This record gives sequence, C-alpha cells and structure tokens, in this order.
Amino acid sequence: MSAILVGPLAVAGIAAALALVIAGLDRVLNNYGVLTIRINGGKMELSVKGGSPLLSTLAAEGIFVPSACGGRGSCGACKCKVLSDVGPHLPTETPYLSPEEMARNVRLACQVKVKKNLDIELPEELFRVRKFAARVERIRDLTYDIKEVLFALEGQGIEFDPGQYIQLVVPPYDKVPESVQRAYSMSSRPSDPHHVELLIRLVPGGIATTYVHKHLKEGDSAELVGPFGDFGVRDTPATMLCVAGGSGMAPFKSILYHMQETGAYPEKEIWYFFGARTTKDMFYLEELRELSASWPRFHFVPALSEPRPDEGWQGETGLITDVLDRYIRERIDPHRGFEGYLCGSPGMINACVAVMQKNGIGEDNIYYDKFA
Amino acid sequence: MPESPLINPLVLFFASILTSNILLSNFLGTCSFIAISKDWKSSFGLGLAVTLVIGLCAAISWAVLYLVIIPLRIEYLSFVIFIIVIAAVVQVLEMVIDRFSPSLYLSLGIFLPLITVNCAVLGAVLFMQIRKYSLIQSVAFGFGSGAGWWLAIMLLAAIRKRIENNPVPAGLKGTGITLITIGFMAMAFIGFSGMIAVQ
Repeated sequence: MSAILVGPLAVAGIAAALALVIAGLDRVLNNYGVLTIRINGGKMELSVKGGSPLLSTLAAEGIFVPSACGGRGSCGACKCKVLSDVGPHLPTETPYLSPEEMARNVRLACQVKVKKNLDIELPEELFRVRKFAARVERIRDLTYDIKEVLFALEGQGIEFDPGQYIQLVVPPYDKVPESVQRAYSMSSRPSDPHHVELLIRLVPGGIATTYVHKHLKEGDSAELVGPFGDFGVRDTPATMLCVAGGSGMAPFKSILYHMQETGAYPEKEIWYFFGARTTKDMFYLEELRELSASWPRFHFVPALSEPRPDEGWQGETGLITDVLDRYIRERIDPHRGFEGYLCGSPGMINACVAVMQKNGIGEDNIYYDKFA
Repeated sequence: MPESPLINPLVLFFASILTSNILLSNFLGTCSFIAISKDWKSSFGLGLAVTLVIGLCAAISWAVLYLVIIPLRIEYLSFVIFIIVIAAVVQVLEMVIDRFSPSLYLSLGIFLPLITVNCAVLGAVLFMQIRKYSLIQSVAFGFGSGAGWWLAIMLLAAIRKRIENNPVPAGLKGTGITLITIGFMAMAFIGFSGMIAVQ
C-alpha cells in the first residue's frame, strides 16, 4: 500500500517544492517597487506597483483600455502610446500593429510590463470608462435570433454619447475556461443613466452571444465596461443617411430617441434604412413607424430582401444597398449634403460604403463601427 | 551512490561538445534546431539559453535523482519528475533573465519557454542517469551538451545564410536542404569520434 502512495506523494512533493521556489523568486524578482505612470503629459499621474502588464495595472487604477480578450494578446484592441523606452516591439505585438503605429510607439497594453516609470498617452474618453456592476432586469426576444437585454446598473450611472459601445464581461462557463469581453453598441438613451440596453444576435459558436442566449437569465448579475467608441452624430447641417441590419439597430435606437427627446441638431434631416431578409428578421417596426409619424424630420425606410408573398409586406423590397441607392438618387433632397452612418456586418458596411461613394459621398463623411 | 565512470570532467565537457554532440550524434532537439537556425541572432540567443538550461537541469536533476528518486525507489517516475524539474528551471530562468537582462529577454522572446519541450534537455538528463555520472561530471556533461547544441545551431545558421542565394532545386528549398545539410554536418562530426570515448 505504502509503495503505491510513495510515488505520487514524491512527485507532488517535488512539484510543490519547485512551485514554492518559483513563487518565492517571483516575489523577489518581480518586485519593482512603486512606480509612476504619467498619462497625457502629466494630466494624470498614477502611483502603481510594478511587475504586472500595463493593461491590468491601469485597470486596477480604474482606467479601462478597451480589450476583448482580457489581456491574452489575442485581440489587439488595447493599443496605447508608450512614450518611454520599453524596448522593441515583441513578436506578440507585431501582428496587430501597422508600421505607422510602430513608428509612433503604439504598443499593446497587455504585452508591456510595467518595470519602470512610464509616460503614456491615452484618448481622453477613456477616463469616462468604468466597470459597472449590473443586474439583468429584462430579456426580450426581438426575433428568433436577436435578444434585447436590459441591464440595471448598480450604484453610479453611466455617462455616454448615443452611438457608443460597452463591453460585456462574459464569465467562464461550460467549456469556456476564461473570462472574455465582447463589445456591443448601447441601444439605451443617455437620459436614463441607470440602465444599459443591448441588442444581441446569436452567432453560432460565438462565446458571448451563446452565453447571453443560452445561459443569461433575468436577475443574474453581470459586469459591463465602458463606454467606448466615437460613433455618434456629427454637428453639421448635412442630411443623415443611417443604414443598419440586424442587431446593427442598437446604436441608431439610442441616437434617434436621444435626438427626438432633446431636439439636438434641429437642422438635420434623418433617413433610417433598416434591412432584413423576411418579416421574421424584422423588429421595432411599430415603434419606429410611430416615431416617424410624430417627428417630421425623421424618415424610416424598412426593407425586406426576400419577402414571401404570404407575408403581406407593405414596405420596400430588395437589398438594402439597392433601396439606399434608389432613395439617394430619386427621393432625398441632396442640397444640404449627406453623411453616412452605418452599423451592421462588415459585408453590409462595405457594400453601403460603395453605394454612397458612387453617389458622391466622400469617405470622410461615412462613419461606422465594424463589428466582425 | 553508484560507481561513476572514470572520466575527467574536463574531458567529458569537450567530448560532449565534439565527439558526442547531443544534436549531431544523438539527433536530439532537432525541431527548434531546424526552425530557429534561419536567423543567426536568434540562434545565438537560443543556444545560450539551451546551454544554461541543460547545465542547470543536469545539476538539479542529479540531486533529485540521488536524494529523492533512488532512496524512495521511484525510478519508474523519473521521467515525470525530470520533466517537472526542467519546466521549473526554465520558469525560474525566464524570471531571472527578465529581471536582470531585459534585452536578452526580448531577444529570446518566446524561445525561452519552448526550451521546456526541447528533447535535448531531457535527453541529457537521462544520459546523466544511465551513465551514472557524478555531480561534477553531470555539470560538465550538461554544460558541454548545451555548448555542443549551441555550436551546432550556430554552424547551421551560418551555412544556411551561406546557401540562402544558392540555386537549390525548388522541392528542396527550406527544410529539405536543411535536413541534408544536417546530415553532412553529422558525417563531419563523425570524424571526431574515436578521439575520446564517453559512453
């Protein structure tokens, strides 16, 4: 009996002894003392404990650089400018950085270890970014594959511009071993800072969307990090051409209701093209038709690409790009100029950009967040 | 403690570099050898790291072998234990280099953790066990084997640089011509054998 035990115990003992040595050395070797991180030329100075990656060091101080993978170096989102010399770019960084970015000292915050005093630059908006504890107040099916999830924020409310996005923290579940974060545009309005609403379409095999669709229940707690992004209405008199498909509805719901509520940008005419395949994929139809009836400068154009005859579809038919093209050429007054606002799949966005450019709308006047 | 072979550690050191080069006579550690030898600078860093790891692992494994494994009669677990030791040594080395030589750490990059699975390291440790080396002999053998591996990868990197622009038949480009080159190198190293016998 003892012979059976000796082997495993000896292996475990050796492994434990070595682990202790490593842990002890880690405390000694990885101790860089208290260091200073200067942000944006001294606008903010942080005293931090060295030895950890910049991303987690900043997060511990309440500054959340966007990151989808949670710091494993697999998303390339946590770009920030490091002015101090921290050595050449690592092989784990180069795949995510363009030569111009490398020349400007852009680094991945998750790969840069804080070993000395650092001078870094971050976009100002990031200082508004916080981590919110939330509770799922309501989950509603909008279509067979899109859910509207309403989170009630606990504690302080969120301050954001309509069109911005937030990252949902997905905890480990089933066979997903690590926490990940995924970005979703907020469909709620800034006037209600204690709620955040997201529209989430089920992506087969998607980690976060599967979690939301199959696991998340009303009453569950959740964490959100945000707001991020610069997708929002530009302050010009130009006519807005908004195009969305599927869950790309989210930022426009926020933008439109916010504009209607506050009367912002009173000169702007708004055209909203929403594309779906069949009526099964269509949602918020009643709400948006009501909105357009009560708000003269807003025009809603829903379109189905493959309506079945028995659906009794009253609106436009055809691909959203063809409908957009037709409206730009025939229906919309062009003399104030156009601005394009797009949200949807990369394929839809590319096709819409092509249509808009064909109609003389410059690339500088087309805005989008591309979520792959 | 078993009877150690009667070899001067210094002789053993040079023998393991030349006459019984762990790479060119035992063909251990060939995967990173082929992959990294494309680049002279990386080869240098990796060779240095391998040398340090084999030397340290030989010494520590010797202690574990004669102080734990043999007294407890768990020789059947020696492979598992050696691999744990190697992984720990690599981890410690990575931390030390990161702290004291950031530039070396950067140039070694991802190669350092990969040494854990370099079979030359486990091979050297097992030879140490089979041939019943003493502690000093083990250390000499370990560092010698590492230096031999280092020498071999530097030579191969130089040859690959030299033949970079030569008209190699399309089907042999890259790994093909490298394997043939290694074969020639191994034959050349056979010339050293017989000078000193270590096994």
